[in-house]
Amino acid sequence: MSNEAILQKPADAVVTHGDHREGNGHSEHHHKETFISKYVFSMDHKMIAKQFLITGIIWAIIGGLFSVLFRLQLGYPNDSFPILETLLGKWAKGGKIQPEFYYALVTMHGTVLVFFVLTAGLSGTFANFLIPLQIGARDMASPFMNMLSYWFFWAASVVMISSLFVETGPASGGWTSYPPLSALGGASEGSKTGMDLWLISMALFVVSSLLGGLNYISTILNMRTKGMSMTRVPLTIWALFFTAVLGVLSFPVLLSGFILLLFDRHGGTSFYLSDIYLASTQQALPNEGGSAILYQHLFWFLGHPEVYIILLPAMGMVSEIMSVNSRKPIFGYMAMIGSLFAITILAFLVWAHHMFVSGLNPFLGSVFVLLTLLIAVPSAIKVFNWLTTLWRGNIRFTPAMLFSIGFVSLFISGGLTGIFLGNSTLDIHLHDTYFVVAHFHIVMGVASFFGLFAGVYHWFPKMYGRYLNNTMAYLHFWVTLIGAYLIFWPMHYEGLAGMPRRYMDFSQWVSFNQFGDLNRFISIVSIIVFAVQLLFVFNFFYSIFKGRRVTTSNPWDSNTLEWTTPIRPGHGNWPGEIPEVHRWPYDYGKDGREFIPQTEPVGAQETAH
Amino acid sequence: MSTFFLIAIFLLGFLVTFQIAKASEYVGILKGEKKNFEQNNRINGFLLLAFLVFGLLGVYWCNEALKGRILGEAASEHGQNIDRMLYITIAVTGVVFVITQILLFWFAFKYQYKETRKVYFFSHDNKLELIWTVVPAIALSVLVGFGLYYWLGITGDAPKGALEVEITGKQFAWIYRYPGDDKIFGKKYYKNISDAEDNSLGILWDDKSSQDDIVNEQAMYLVKNRPVKLIIGARDVIHDVGLSHFRMKMDAVPGTPTTMWFTPLYTTKEMKKMTNNPDFVYEISCDQMCGKGHFSMKGLIEVVTQEEYDLWMARQKPKYLAVFPDKDPANAKKDSTVATAAAVDTLKMAASK
Ligand code: HEM
Ligand SMILES: [Cu+2]
Ligand SMILES: [Cu+2]
Repeated sequence: MSNEAILQKPADAVVTHGDHREGNGHSEHHHKETFISKYVFSMDHKMIAKQFLITGIIWAIIGGLFSVLFRLQLGYPNDSFPILETLLGKWAKGGKIQPEFYYALVTMHGTVLVFFVLTAGLSGTFANFLIPLQIGARDMASPFMNMLSYWFFWAASVVMISSLFVETGPASGGWTSYPPLSALGGASEGSKTGMDLWLISMALFVVSSLLGGLNYISTILNMRTKGMSMTRVPLTIWALFFTAVLGVLSFPVLLSGFILLLFDRHGGTSFYLSDIYLASTQQALPNEGGSAILYQHLFWFLGHPEVYIILLPAMGMVSEIMSVNSRKPIFGYMAMIGSLFAITILAFLVWAHHMFVSGLNPFLGSVFVLLTLLIAVPSAIKVFNWLTTLWRGNIRFTPAMLFSIGFVSLFISGGLTGIFLGNSTLDIHLHDTYFVVAHFHIVMGVASFFGLFAGVYHWFPKMYGRYLNNTMAYLHFWVTLIGAYLIFWPMHYEGLAGMPRRYMDFSQWVSFNQFGDLNRFISIVSIIVFAVQLLFVFNFFYSIFKGRRVTTSNPWDSNTLEWTTPIRPGHGNWPGEIPEVHRWPYDYGKDGREFIPQTEPVGAQETAH
Repeated sequence: MSTFFLIAIFLLGFLVTFQIAKASEYVGILKGEKKNFEQNNRINGFLLLAFLVFGLLGVYWCNEALKGRILGEAASEHGQNIDRMLYITIAVTGVVFVITQILLFWFAFKYQYKETRKVYFFSHDNKLELIWTVVPAIALSVLVGFGLYYWLGITGDAPKGALEVEITGKQFAWIYRYPGDDKIFGKKYYKNISDAEDNSLGILWDDKSSQDDIVNEQAMYLVKNRPVKLIIGARDVIHDVGLSHFRMKMDAVPGTPTTMWFTPLYTTKEMKKMTNNPDFVYEISCDQMCGKGHFSMKGLIEVVTQEEYDLWMARQKPKYLAVFPDKDPANAKKDSTVATAAAVDTLKMAASK
């Protein structure tokens, strides 16, 4: 490979990078490492990864709790819960969730889970943790920017949290925040201060994600160890690479959309506003000539890539974990990279499938149908490759492996419903119904969470030098998998009946009130599933301190570089030289050998793969 | 009280689970790591198979339990096409779903760890990969083909002679307007909107063609078997005209009018019979988040026969006459007192502002 030439440079860069190269890693920590520099303003990628992970977990609990609250409303629209009034005050007058608050809950749930948990919590954690460890680098290209990336995320979190406590409540126009609703305080309470805070928080978040993304890309391209050509990096790295590319190219567009929205809100401009009369003030607004649809184009130009930003890291980790635990190479390594690449390109070309019924030109709509359904082809390739990876393997059902299998099952189920929605003819009927809710929760929400869990179970020993408790892990897996299907599968049926999303009460509707009992069932299951996630959180924090200790440096018998570091690697990762790489990471079961680490030179009699 | 009870149960459950989990970790260590692993592996392998079997049964059962509650007869021609497309897609994706899920869980079960098993080192196979690139591509092309054929029909121009109705969304209700005898909608301008002056659409009353327009906020009347073209707008934020029985939907965007057309196939009365539901009505559901009353933004459609429609239309009074009662020939005959004349004057002045 021609990469060898490029590779010389990073190797040099590493030398200049730190005095960590010499001596043994442990004795080096003492250089002026205080509590603040080690745990708070840390520049160690592993610590930053943990910061992202734990912040993500906290957000996941908050976001999950929001969903429990609004599921209570959906399951029991006619009951009242006095305890809610005690806890929430005026937002739950008389024990009933108020409409403004219901919509604020839904909006915050979506925003928090999509951006703070499944983007920052997922990419932030695993890109930071795995990129240097798996490509053989001492740290990120710019540890300082990396630290900033976390702290911008932290600032975004603080602003978002504070929006929960303003008088008029947090943003309540949905996670997509379409104007004019989101532009006009007169149209909704949530569009007052709450919306400003939402926009500021999201702007900070975009900065965080750009700082992170640029770092991930430059680290992967420039800092691979000797021998680690791009065709030898694990699929996790490829996936994280494409994820970062997607983010870097699409988040700025979202930010521009938000800035225009801010101008419309406070600067008297008319980018999105035209012909508006507000009943609340009995006034016609002066704005003319804007287009509300423009915002949707800007939003979905990020919005669609965003769903892949969430999914790709999960795909990468699942590929890696499946291969390790099937004791067999990932099937079609090059095809896996190719399909990731195809998905990345296509992800930029399908955004208008969220807008088929917005008045979009029908011809343009048909172009987007074609491009959207094209995406199903690389998705299909990935599924079949995962299936073939299992075939004739020797599978160990570690919790990480179970979550990976669950991921594939969910990805199939949710991907197939994408084929319904991507077909504009069907989307006319299904748009903004529970069918969409079912689709994206299965394929993005739950599936990516499965990827996240798989990653945590698999790399926890590397992160903390201890194992998570297996029994709790198995319980967590089975309840979550069964629960996820019980919650989201029936929603397809509600959607087929045309039941709209973002409704807080269906009892007044002749067309949709036939699902009262089903909604209650779904709510009960979601509360149980939420409780089991708390069990996972408990297991996580308990095991950090009390888990069974890891005693070997390579507990899963894995080929990749992170397992060549000490059990608890210090800043700089390898105490001595960074190991050199001689082969791809998937030589499992080759020539009768269980596994052959990447650091082992290719033997003379070895067969080629 | 019961809340605390529930929370207590959850806490207890936690505690018990935790104790069991701890205990089994110790037992595992006693038993030896290898034996413990093999046992866990067998259990989970079996559970995966059980999940597959019960999962597929569950899908079947869910389908049986819910199929009566979804997708009644589509009430428009487009709707019938959409349903046909839906069944084609369900068939294609259903086959893929069953096959891939079976393969996934069956492989997982079948190839679970055995000490003696030799894995098959199989890293790629161009022919196989070509097959599963090309076959999905073909299947998807077929779906795209059908889909676009229907899509272009549905979004194409409305047939000549279609009934035209304007529908406007506002927080949180729908306003319907008919063009009246001249079949031309009068001009409107949003700055003329005034709820106080009973001009909810901002109609320009000076425009002659506006003077016979009929504005109604109760229900939209449509004619069976007669194509209808909706002209859709919004006053404040984005709404969406959702017609689940007709399987149609279109956003209502302030500043950017949209249109949609379809042909109702059954009158409301017929649907009551067909669905065995005396309460049946065609509801318009707002399908785009529009504020706190979004979930209650309901409109009604009455589909009637042409004769019933003509009767209904004959009873409607142009909005213009309601706003300017003195222009109403029916009122002109009556003696108008000074007081009402004065009232009308102020109204007129207000309207011309
Ligand atoms: C086979 C591939 C897929 C196709 C053809 C597809 C198609 C679509 C379409 C057409 C919509 C819009 C539906 C509507 O609003 O009416 C949609 C919604 C959505 N999809 Fe997919 N999708 C696919 C896979 C995915 C994946 C892999 C993810 C995430 C990882 C995803 C996440 C979402 C989300 C989040 C929404 C809803 C956004 C919202 O309205 O709030 N989809 N999908
Ligand atoms: Cu999309
Ligand atoms: Cu609405």
